[in-house]
Formats: sequence, C-alpha cells, structure tokens
Amino acid sequence: MIEYLIILLSEIYKISILLIPVLTAVAMIVWLDRRVWAFVQKRRGPNVVGPFGLFQSLADALKYVFKEIIIPASSNKIIFILAPIVTMTLALIAWAVIPFSETFVIADINVGILYLFAVSSLGVYGIIMGGWASNSKYPFLGSIRSAAQMVSYEVSIGIIIINVLLCVGSLNLSDIVKAQQNLWFVIPLFPMFVIFFISALAETNRPPFDLPEAEAELVAGYQTEYSGMMYAMFWLGEYANILLMCAMGSILFLGGWLSPIDLFPFNIIPGALWMIFKILFLFILFALVKAIVPRYRYDQLMKLGWKIFLPFSLTWVVLTAGYLLYFDLLPVN
Amino acid sequence: MKISRLLKTIFMVDFLTGLTIAIKEVFKEKKTINYPHEKGAVSPRSRGEHALRRYPNGEERCIACKLCEAVCPAQAITIESTEREDGSRKTTRYDIDMLKCIYCGLCEESCPVDAIVQGPNFEFSTETREELYYNKEKLLENGDRWESVLAANINADNSHR
Repeated sequence: MIEYLIILLSEIYKISILLIPVLTAVAMIVWLDRRVWAFVQKRRGPNVVGPFGLFQSLADALKYVFKEIIIPASSNKIIFILAPIVTMTLALIAWAVIPFSETFVIADINVGILYLFAVSSLGVYGIIMGGWASNSKYPFLGSIRSAAQMVSYEVSIGIIIINVLLCVGSLNLSDIVKAQQNLWFVIPLFPMFVIFFISALAETNRPPFDLPEAEAELVAGYQTEYSGMMYAMFWLGEYANILLMCAMGSILFLGGWLSPIDLFPFNIIPGALWMIFKILFLFILFALVKAIVPRYRYDQLMKLGWKIFLPFSLTWVVLTAGYLLYFDLLPVN
Repeated sequence: MKISRLLKTIFMVDFLTGLTIAIKEVFKEKKTINYPHEKGAVSPRSRGEHALRRYPNGEERCIACKLCEAVCPAQAITIESTEREDGSRKTTRYDIDMLKCIYCGLCEESCPVDAIVQGPNFEFSTETREELYYNKEKLLENGDRWESVLAANINADNSHR
C-alpha cells in the first residue's frame, strides 16, 4: 500500500514539475504573442502590469476568475461545461511524452509520437462539444469549420510524421531526437518542415487559418457563448496546443534538446534550455505569421490541405523511402 | 498560371517578403505613446472640459446674457440670473450637464466676454453620473485651476477669431 502511495506521489511530483512551468509558459506566451503582434504594427502592446507587462496574463486570468459564468438556458449544460475541460485536459496531457532533455520526460513510451498525434486529434472534440452544446448558430458553424479543418490538416501532419519516422526507425520521441545527433531533419526534410509549420497553424486555428473564430463572420466561433473561467480555459487550451505544436516541431525537425553545434560555448547550455529556445523560436514565428497574413477563404483552406499538401507530402514520403532504400540508409533497430 | 507566378507560390516569395518587412518593422520607432505616463500634444483649440473664467480682479466674467444657453444644440446649459446691488447682472445658477454636452464649442464661440471656455482637459471621468452635473461653483473652480492655460490658449488663437 505504502509503495503505491510513494509511486503515486512521485508521479504527481514529476507531473507538477512539468505542468506548472507549462501553464506559466502558456500565460507568458499569450503576452509574448500580443507583444510581437504589437511590435510588428509599431504599437507597444501590454506593458503596464509588472516589468514589461509580463503579468498582463495574470491580471487577465484574475479578471476571468471573478467573472460570472453564463450558461445559456437552451444549452446542453453537462456537455457545455465539459467542453472547455476536455480542451484544456487534452492540451495538457499531451505534454507527458515531450522529452525536455535526455532524462527529463514523464512517460518515455515507445509509441510517443502516436500518442501525441492521437491526443492532438482528440482536441477537436472539445471544440465540437462546445459548439454543439451551445445550441446557437455561430458556435455551431464555427465548430463544424474547426472540425473539418483540423481533420484535413491532421492527415498531412500524419504523413509528414511518416517522413520523419522513415529516417528514424522508431516511434519514441527521445529516439527521434537522438537520431538527429549529426543532422537535424530540418535540413534534409526542409519542405516537410514548411508544410508541417503551415499545417500546425491550421491545426491550432491560428491566423491565417482562424476561420472557426472568424470574428467578421462568426462573432467568436465556438467560444461565442462562453464566459468567465470557461472561456479562459478554452484560451489556455488553445495556447497550450500551440506550444505543443511548437514543441512537436522542434522535436521532429529542430533536434529537440540537442545544441546546434557540439562545441564549447553551446554544449554547456543544458538541453532543456535549448528545447525552450527552439519552442520560443517557433512560437515567435507563429506570432509573426499572425501579424502579417490575411485570413484564407474556407475553400482555399480545404484546397490547400487536400489538393496540395496531401499529394505533396505523399510524394515526399515515396521519395524519402526510395532514397533511403536505394542508398541503403534505412535505420536498423 | 504563369511559370514565374507558380515558382513564386511554391517558394513562398511573397510570404518571405512580408516576413522580412514585419521583422524590420519590429525594430522601428513606435508610433503610439505610453498614454497615462506620456501624453500627446493638445491643440489650443481643443474642446475639453468647460470652465468659467474670472477677471484678474476676481470678478466673474459671465454677464448672464444666456447666449450660450440659447445656442447650445444639446440644451445642456441652464442659467438663472439676477441683478446685483451694484447694478450688474450676474448668474445665480450656471449648470452644465456634461453628459448631454456634445463638446461642439458653440458656447465658447458665442460668449461675448470669453467667460465660458472649453479647456484642454479631457480627463475628467467620474464614477457616478451625478458628478458630471456641473454647477457654477465647479465651473468657476475649473476656471481658477486652468486660468493660466486658458488665457494662453485664447491668446494663441486670438489672431484667428
């Protein structure tokens, strides 16, 4: 009995060591997003609360906590309340398999990338539930759009992942990082990295693919009927998902915790820090993209996903497999 | 589709151009100000909070001609007047409902003695509606507080009137 308790406590300790920084990072990342956006437009962005406005997100969170949660009378109350919880939970449990360094990973499972993929696919349920349970037109349309969009782009992300897996020969995320010891996959698989980045934008409903919450057409999409802490949970889930996508991108293509060159000033920096740098780099790219691109039309979005990305990444799978086979470079385990 | 256009799309030339422009913009000077800490320039003609001015000897300028009351398109001004012992006509009541006021500046323009003016102050928000029903005392107090600025502004604008 006591041994189980010890195991449980040590697991909770490990989880809290990961989740508290992740949640803090999510709050900080909202600030960073707004800041980058403002800087591109030559504005100042939030800079009043705390040093450089760093505590802006905390102030916002505090406001959300004290706001009333309004539940529409005609909504399906159980699902309505469940939806943000599902979004948030799914966004957070995916972090379990993300390796931050050679030793620090909560669950070093053998099918890590599959788990990650499965959990990020489930994320669409939170949005669908929210949109459907609201029993209102705009949320419903927004959630339908979101579902179709996420499903479409998951297909191309899946095929991009196959590309990487062909070069690694393992589904374990730590193995994927270790396989990039000599050469980050971003160099041989650069087109796949670009497509992964764009698909990640679509997957997380970021501009230019933020059609589910296109404010000009759908008010706020699936979030329209939400208020207070439930709305905040949707936001947290969304930004946690964005961070997760950045983490996934840095693991698959940018060599995770590895330093760019194995030389003196670089290799004394701990791996977790490199990982954080890479996630931040990708996130700043996300934020810059948000600032410069106009929103896609829905048919353009679908066309891009199904008619361009899917065939292109499929072709690239064939090319990669053929190349590896011809030069006898297939990884052997 | 032309080949050059196709190549541009494939290599995302337009997107990369936009990205470089965006990154350049980040390091440029900001166009906005830190509002509560630094403030933008206010024109001498700006029409902000009202004030009733006095002559340098402390006498009220207002002669209760009620031109401002008549001209006010929002009917925000209410004036009552009486004759004083020395024979001059002065107001007993001069109320401005700042919530009705549309800040058009007609009262200031109609005033023959530059008594009612709109100063440069635009930061007079309150927490209750009642605080924005200005009476004569409040307006005179405003005038006393802002007199130096108001006089300078009227002087600056003098050549155009």
